[in-house]
Amino acid sequence: MQPLVLSAFTLTSSLGRGLSATLAALREQRSGLRYCDFPGAELDTYIGRVEGIENEPINGRLSDYDCRNNRLARIGLEQDGFTDAVESARRRYGPERIAVILGTSTSGILETESAYRRRDPETGALPPDFRYRQTQNTFSVGDFTRRYLDLHGPASVVSTACSSSSKVFASAARLIQTGLCDAAVVGGVDSLCFTTLYGFTALELVSSTPCRPADAERNGISIGEAAGFALLEKPDRGDGDIALLGYGESADAYHMSSPHPDGLGAAEAMAKAMNRAGMEREAIDYINLHGTATKANDTAEDKAVFSIFGKGVPCSSIKGWTGHTLGSAGIVNVVVSCLSLRESFVPRSLNTGRVDPEIASWIATEELRRPVRTVLSNAFGFGGNNASLVLGKQL
Amino acid sequence: MIRVFVEGVGIIGPGLPSWNESREILAGRQAYAGGELPRLLAGRLPAAERRRSTAVTRLAIDTAEQALPPGINADGVATVFSSSGGEVEIIHRIFEELATPERLISPTQFHNSVHNAASGYWSIATGSRKASTSLSCFDDSFAMGLLETAGQTSAEGTRALLVAYDFPPLQPILRARPLLAPFAASLLLAPAPSELKLAELVIDFAGADSEDAARMQDAGLEALRLGNPAARSLPLLAALARSECAELSFGRLRVKLTPCA
Repeated sequence: MQPLVLSAFTLTSSLGRGLSATLAALREQRSGLRYCDFPGAELDTYIGRVEGIENEPINGRLSDYDCRNNRLARIGLEQDGFTDAVESARRRYGPERIAVILGTSTSGILETESAYRRRDPETGALPPDFRYRQTQNTFSVGDFTRRYLDLHGPASVVSTACSSSSKVFASAARLIQTGLCDAAVVGGVDSLCFTTLYGFTALELVSSTPCRPADAERNGISIGEAAGFALLEKPDRGDGDIALLGYGESADAYHMSSPHPDGLGAAEAMAKAMNRAGMEREAIDYINLHGTATKANDTAEDKAVFSIFGKGVPCSSIKGWTGHTLGSAGIVNVVVSCLSLRESFVPRSLNTGRVDPEIASWIATEELRRPVRTVLSNAFGFGGNNASLVLGKQL
Repeated sequence: MIRVFVEGVGIIGPGLPSWNESREILAGRQAYAGGELPRLLAGRLPAAERRRSTAVTRLAIDTAEQALPPGINADGVATVFSSSGGEVEIIHRIFEELATPERLISPTQFHNSVHNAASGYWSIATGSRKASTSLSCFDDSFAMGLLETAGQTSAEGTRALLVAYDFPPLQPILRARPLLAPFAASLLLAPAPSELKLAELVIDFAGADSEDAARMQDAGLEALRLGNPAARSLPLLAALARSECAELSFGRLRVKLTPCA
């Protein structure tokens, strides 16, 4: 495929707001996970919470969109000069030539969860301040973002659980290839809510310690929240040192909430991404794993990685730093991959003490300082939905 | 501009049990009287998955099935599932559980609540490992799903299947999101003309919203069109049923349909 430049990108997670805070946490070996202090949630687990969201409502013309997820989106958009970069693209291409394609799994449903606790005792009605379209509906964050940035191109939200914000890169690449738009704002926003905290607990997939990807003793995920964005442009029109080189998507056709035990779907997504990038396995310098720290996921992903790369490429999961940010897990991995490329390092797999002897791939338990030219970035979701991206330095 | 070919069509709605049984109504040659939704069988799902699946998922799967002509294998077809509200019934039950002190969500409920449940069940039902995505675009879910499907068909030179589907939410959310009835439509698109071709679609994205959205003549079908995001597809299905040229607007999306017959 024709590479697309990431002319701007940004990330807000429990590691902090923006790229400097993210990089500082990664370099200082500082996790964003804390014991669960999400108001009203009584769970024995650790979470990756973004501080301050509660105190930063959306005011003004978009105040109807005020909810935790859109607040997080707004905070994310305001970091690293991202809105300025979009404004510059808007002037160059026109607002109708820029698409907005974002991923989320739970959108603003925290608002509905709260509204259900405040139903009219007689009629069962939700409180009058409930705004379905602007908060709960899955499209809400896409609608908010296009309005916030005043973009009029195609706008959609991808919701394929934890692969959502990797899939958006594939959708954007296709749309730009067809010529229906010149650039795209892509990314993902997912915020803490009771549905996921209690839902993953029901599935017995939540750890009572900070999650330990690939560790022999790993016993589940830590849930986090994050907002990340990237501006994609054709290389002859946009400036940037990092490009999307390939994408690969697949389905497991196996089970709704367990990955294919041999990672067949995951391997297919990775192979397709490298094929589209025109790259052999030797060209990959770092694999940013999905690495959720459940028994089944890490084993399946390992089998997929090992089947293609053997022990040849350092791998790490970022979940020990940020927690599993679900619908924004894809963009978290993309932005960390970009930092790895730019700063020439492989972040370690945090909280991984003793690597599971059944895991055969090369898990980086210490940070590696080395040139990184090409990264493979994974995101796999419920329903057996897989997406892999190849990102590289532009020469 | 994207150019693709329609090779299969599906529809399920009240009084609209399948494409073949609805063509005369959609073409305007037979009155639309409304009616019941057909039984949603999802016969392709393994029994265990069928028991666990929701009505929303079965609606999507049965409609998807209709658009696959005999001889086209589902495991060679990428899929796009587009729905404004997704698994509305399960989501309501989870909200109810979460409002109790115990907050006991069942594991099956939780994995069925994801927006891509229909996509996941379809891939299990068909054994297809092809790319599958799930979109939500509020009232534009059909149009943006069509754009995604046509874009994928054209950019990757592959067949892709669009399934647009929505169920009305249960109360109390229904009051805030008043959908009229369940509805789903499906289109199988191909990158090049083949012997299966029914119509050519030329799709573009305009700089400004069109004032004159595609409408239905029949009052009942027009109410359905406005009452369910997936039913925004009705004017396109009507043009296919009539085998007539049509230029249709869905917001900024423009679709020029030319029958191949």
